[in-house]
Formats: sequence, structure tokens, C-alpha cells
Amino acid sequence: MSTHPKSGPLVETHGLTLVLGGRTVLNRIDLTVNPGEIVTLIGPNGAGKTTLVRAVLGLVKPTAGVVKRMPGLRIGYMPQRLNIDATLPLTVRRFLGLWRPVESTRMDRALAEAGVAHLAGSPVQSISGGELQRVLLARALLSEPHLLVLDEPDQGVDVHGQAELFDRIADLRRSHGCGVLLVSHDLHTVMARTDKVVCLNGHVCCSGHPEDVSRHPEYHALFGRHADQLAVYLHHHDHTHATDGHVLPGSDGDCCGHDHHHHEPEEEHRHG
Amino acid sequence: MDDFILRALAAGCGIAALAGPMGSFVVWRRMAYFGDTLAHSALLGVTLGFLLGVDPTLGVMGVCVVLALVLVALQQRRALASDTVLGILSHSALSLGLVAVAFLETLRVDLIGYLFGDILSVTADDLLRIYAGGALALALLALLWRRLLAVTVDEDLARVEGLPVTALRLAFMLLIALVIAVAMKIVGILLITSLLIIPAAAARRFSRTPEQMAALAAVFGMAAVAAGVLSSLRWDLPGGPSVVVAAFVLFLASNLVPVRRG
Repeated sequence: MSTHPKSGPLVETHGLTLVLGGRTVLNRIDLTVNPGEIVTLIGPNGAGKTTLVRAVLGLVKPTAGVVKRMPGLRIGYMPQRLNIDATLPLTVRRFLGLWRPVESTRMDRALAEAGVAHLAGSPVQSISGGELQRVLLARALLSEPHLLVLDEPDQGVDVHGQAELFDRIADLRRSHGCGVLLVSHDLHTVMARTDKVVCLNGHVCCSGHPEDVSRHPEYHALFGRHADQLAVYLHHHDHTHATDGHVLPGSDGDCCGHDHHHHEPEEEHRHG
Repeated sequence: MDDFILRALAAGCGIAALAGPMGSFVVWRRMAYFGDTLAHSALLGVTLGFLLGVDPTLGVMGVCVVLALVLVALQQRRALASDTVLGILSHSALSLGLVAVAFLETLRVDLIGYLFGDILSVTADDLLRIYAGGALALALLALLWRRLLAVTVDEDLARVEGLPVTALRLAFMLLIALVIAVAMKIVGILLITSLLIIPAAAARRFSRTPEQMAALAAVFGMAAVAAGVLSSLRWDLPGGPSVVVAAFVLFLASNLVPVRRG
């Protein structure tokens, strides 16, 4: 499936710790993204999802620990949002060519892959939030990345659009053979389309196959009511997989057993 | 037409040609107040240049660059809001310049000329300076154009794509300093920013690409210079302010012209 000559991980973090203004935002994070793999970061607001992504991208320096990127790694990054000043006259086509000269046929192909071929001539400020997300996705594809990093690609997209978007991402992973690291707060749509889920709340609460994570007590502690809704969704999903002969429950998620009272130390941090 | 009028027009058009593209970037990057702050420090640069016995242009460039670095450092600390930092430095730099001028009794400075410009007293020497400095700045800007646009759109994206964001930001500040040093004598340090942003703002509605906006801003700037210089002669008005008023009228008029979208 993957067309990569190298088989090692695209990105690895070991013991990644980040302290900002006295607060431990990320605490000893181990994360691995392999070629052709979709890894989804989930977690409540302020869990450090975006910060972890920024550390993986090299935009923030870790306080401790390491981020290892495959030598020569090309990353296609899709930020959460983009604020382009309205005074800058810029069509979508022009926007796509700002980072490197790109042939217009490649641009058209990337736009088509992201499902927004018709927007090429529109001013970037005039398109909707959901359309901008897709343009950003097309832009991320232009460098033929080994790794796609998508920070909340579902923002500003309605539920129907989200399902379509995640299907599209899964397709892109297949057609480009790239790994995907994505951040989401929407559990429902993401769970069915990811290989690995990392549940983050300052530290890694649990990680592994989506169905294992969804049964993990820490996951339920974090998401509560929403987790139950998800279980219903997954139940439905199980059936479709069962007809494919896919093995459903079983392999244990890689869940942390060391620190189940993690909320308390964090409180102490704030008071100290 | 007298030589001094031709020189005034030539100088003004040279500056407008540079101010169009540079001003477009100032508008896109929302750096109008930043440019203003740098311009206000120019008087201090002139006096320091005199004290050190170097060319005033070098003095202005030096002070602008130092101030730009201080601004960036203060903004990154985020202890104060960006506009507060700019406000403090802008007026302090201007006042320091005025105080320094008053202290140096041996320095005979045409203060009003520096503050508001003196476009009708442009010398052949000034013209050479404007066109040499302007050509250098435009060449640099053309060289960095696409990368500066990328950084303007989003700094994080530019970083991930491997662009040297900090170096590009510094280069842009250096270019602003160069524009100020070149334009100071013509429109004056209090009015330079207006020549950067008013033509660019007027050009926005008629442009569909960044290049169109930059070129149109340059043309609008030249039109404002011509109208300003000629009305200044006709009615004996101060040159710099006349150019700015002309630019303002042009901006107002541009908003009345209907533009078809699509």
C-alpha cells in the first residue's frame, strides 16, 4: 500500500515535554506516525493537541524530550485556520503557488482531489470556511508530502461534510501513500476512519486502536456522555466490519497504567 | 517648466514607484503604525548621523533598524499590547529627535522641512540618491516578492515549508527603513506613511492580483505627486502636505468609482 522506500516511522516523539509559563502543557508524550498510517489526536479543549502538532512540525521547541523526523521528510501542513487580510487580492490559484512554483495542471489535480476544482479563480477571502479547509488540504498535497498534518480539518464543516472530508482524507492516504497525523474534537466521524487514536489530556491518557480506546475508562472519564454516543456509533460500525470478516475486539490498546490520578498533580502545578 | 519643478516631479514619481509596492505590503501586513513609528525615529537618525559624521541617510537607516529590532523584541515578550509598544516608541523617538536637534546648536536643520518635507527644493544630488536607493529597494523587493507574500499569508505555514521567516521579516523592515531614508526629504517624516498606504488602499478595489495592486498603487502615487506639486506651485501651498491631500482626494474618488466584481 505504501510507496515509501523507508520503512521507519515518519515522526517519533520520545518523552516530549513542554512547559509554557510554568504550566506543563505536554507531559512526556510518546507518539509515532508510520508511513501510510492515520493517527488521530483527540482530547478536550486545552489538552495540548495543537501544541503537540506544533512541536511535531518544529514550530515550538520542546522543554524536554525529542522529536525525530525521518531525514528528508516532506510535511503537508493544514492549519486550523488562516486569516488572510482582506486587502490582499489573491485568487485560490495564486494562493496555491505562493510556497513553490507549481505547474497549473498539478494545481488543478490537487484542487480536484480536495473537491474544490471550481474555486481556482475565486478570491481566497470570498470562499466559505469549509471551502477554505479543502483549499488548505489541496495546498498541503502540492509538495507530495510523506506526512499530512491536519489540525482540526473538520472545523467549520457540517456533519455531512465532516464524514465526506474524513473519507477523502482516508482516500488520499491510500492514493498518496502518506501518513496522516490529524487533530479532531469530533469523535464520531473520526473514529471509524483512523488506524490509531491518541487520547490526550496534557499526557497520553490512552492510545491504540479506536475501538479499544473507546472502551478505556480514562477515555470515558474524559468524554463522559459523548463517549456513550460514540459507543452506539461504533456498535453500528462493528456490524459493517463484521461482514468484512474484520476481527473486532481483542488486541489491547496501548494504555497507560502509571498515572490515573493525573488531574491532581496538574492542580498542584497551578497553585505552585 | 522650471528645472526645480521637473526635479520635484521626478523625485516624487521615483518615490511613488517605490511606495506603491512597499505600501501594498505595509497594508497587507497591517504594519501602517509600525512604518509610522520607524519614520518618526528618522529625525533622531539625522542628528546621530551628524554627530557621528556620517551621511544622514545612513544615520536614518541605522536608527530605523535598531528601532525595528527593539520593536520585534518587545512584541515577542507580549508584556504590553502591540499598539501600546508602538505608541510609546513612536512618540518617544520623535521627541528624542526634536530634543537632540535643539541640543545641537551647531546643527542647522530645516526642522519643518524634515517634518513635512520640502519637495520643491530637491537637488540633483537628491534625485540620484532617490533613484539609486529606490532601484536597490525595488530590486530586493522583486527578489523576495513571492516569499514575502507567503510569509504575509501565514508565518507558521511558511516556516513548515522551510522559508526563513525571521530573515524575511527583517529584510522587509530593512526595506521600510530604506524607503523612509529615501523619502524623508520629500514628504517629511510625519507624512511618509500616508504615501505608503493611501495609494495602496485606493488601488485595492481595482486589483485582482497582488502585482496589479502594487503597480496601480505606484500609478496613483505618481498622480498624487503630480497633482500635489502643481497645486502647491499654483496656490503657494506646502509641498508635502499638498501631495498627501491629493492622494487623499484620489482615495475618496476611487471609492466612488463602481467596480464590477467577478
